[in-house]
Amino acid sequence: MLYKNKQILGVGVFLFVIFVLIPWLIHVSGRWDFYYTLTSVALLSIASGGVWLTFYIGRINIGQGAFALAGGYVSAILVVKYGVSFWLTIPLAGLFCAFAAVLIGFPILRLKGVYFAMITLVLTEVARLTALALPITNGARGISSIPLPGELSIFGLTIIPDFSTIENVKLAFYYLAAVLMVVSFAALYRIVNSRIGHLCRSLQQNEELASSIGVNTAYLRVIAYAISSFMGGISGAIFVAISRSIYPASFPVKDSIDFMLNCFLGGLGYVFGPMLGTLVIYFGWDVLFTTGKYQLLIYSSVLILLMLFLPNGILSLRLPGKKGASK
Amino acid sequence: MSPILQVKGVTKKFGGLTANNNISFDVNEGEILSVIGPNGAGKSTLFKMIASFMPTTNGEVLFNDERVSNLSPHVVAQKGIVRTFQETTIFKSMTVRDNVIVSHHLRSKANLFGYFLGTKTAKSDEHEFGRSADDIVDFLGLGEIRHELASNLPQGHLRALGIAIGLATNPKILLLDEPFAGMNHDETMRTVELVRGVRDRGVTVLLVEHDMPAVMNISDRIVVLNFGEKIAEGTPFEIQEDDKVIEAYLGSEDDAIGI
Repeated sequence: MLYKNKQILGVGVFLFVIFVLIPWLIHVSGRWDFYYTLTSVALLSIASGGVWLTFYIGRINIGQGAFALAGGYVSAILVVKYGVSFWLTIPLAGLFCAFAAVLIGFPILRLKGVYFAMITLVLTEVARLTALALPITNGARGISSIPLPGELSIFGLTIIPDFSTIENVKLAFYYLAAVLMVVSFAALYRIVNSRIGHLCRSLQQNEELASSIGVNTAYLRVIAYAISSFMGGISGAIFVAISRSIYPASFPVKDSIDFMLNCFLGGLGYVFGPMLGTLVIYFGWDVLFTTGKYQLLIYSSVLILLMLFLPNGILSLRLPGKKGASK
Repeated sequence: MSPILQVKGVTKKFGGLTANNNISFDVNEGEILSVIGPNGAGKSTLFKMIASFMPTTNGEVLFNDERVSNLSPHVVAQKGIVRTFQETTIFKSMTVRDNVIVSHHLRSKANLFGYFLGTKTAKSDEHEFGRSADDIVDFLGLGEIRHELASNLPQGHLRALGIAIGLATNPKILLLDEPFAGMNHDETMRTVELVRGVRDRGVTVLLVEHDMPAVMNISDRIVVLNFGEKIAEGTPFEIQEDDKVIEAYLGSEDDAIGI
């Protein structure tokens, strides 16, 4: 019971920090630019959380950029060309990506290890080239001057006001991203700590045995991959709304690799690993900016050292022996 | 009584190599039937085909008169034919108890979404699986170490865990692939008792094995393979007296002279 109380307290503190303390600190210090940084961290960690789930079933996924890009385009096209409400395009972008993941996943999820990783890496590039070639995505010129999100109302009741009437749009986007992040990770936590997580771990550890105890491994893999891509899609959709533009190069291969690194760095055994990993990598990179031309050298050396000495991620420092995955 | 499992003319060819040639035998409900043979006789191949881990080239396997060959492993497992593995195949980074709990998959009443939402059915499933896992773990003498990580277990316990995983699926037939391999005499005798216990729970046991004394001790009937062909079938006593079997294992007198 004590453990449970501690958990509730932890969640409470976390929610307080992101919804009250951070906006207050920013207000006091006047560093409004931090909103953009933190919003990006929240959105990137949603996409990384998806990648983490594919790791959890034993697949190295370096293709999340493809789904973030696809989600971004779906939202942009629906908003600009068809006048669909931005709020509706968030789930639609996610569903589009989940559906695409099912189609792509059935054949490629049969591959394992480095072969699957290579295919997903290619996927990011395929998505970029597709966006370049299709007429609907407007080629290299991309889609720009996307309107701000409009009002979200149900039965005449305004739930979210029109963003163009809000004084502080940065804060609004920050809240939107933070809420989505909390919901996404709550869902991930629930998946991992229910029997579904158990089944995912059985896949991760031994697919042959999993199928011999009656688990439909192909089905479960595709489900996990679809959820993963859904998360990539919604984060892409919101990114586009913030930058109000999207181009084929909006989510390059580097992003796909970063999503994976975030998971590695945070810890593959911990649900909240990708969140922490994203924060550390994003800020770490920015802090190193002051070192000028040595930025990349220091950054990559630190990453290599971390992987060597903390193979289970940063969170393994705090919770020795209590691996979130083997509850 | 009609047989629970019928192997009918099963053949497996790998290119020019015939691993199994036209093998037929029946397995009766509630018996322990062993498939034995020298190395390379095609025992494991036959096992894989029965559990649908590999398609047959020819012939079929019937379970309660229903064809079960050339399907997916998880479909065959759903029907009640469950295979354990030759090597100590377990979920290494889970505890003993979790290994057994996750293997209750086929008894799930709730679906994935139900587990996500934590519906009543899902909760009762999880409760039931925990209880049943404790039961099975105790039955196989793993009670003391139920919270140990599976990767830390010694050989003998790993084998017992393998059987526990198989039992958790509630199988009608359990296929055991070399359950006594690499064991000393005491461990073998203990495992023989376990396998008998499994049969006494109403599970038909089909096993592939090298260990002759153990096989003779445990089996109700034995099928002997050599070079992919069935050369004999019968009770342990009949098999011990069979000229072809003695020849396969010891070589004929002519061969002995040839050397």
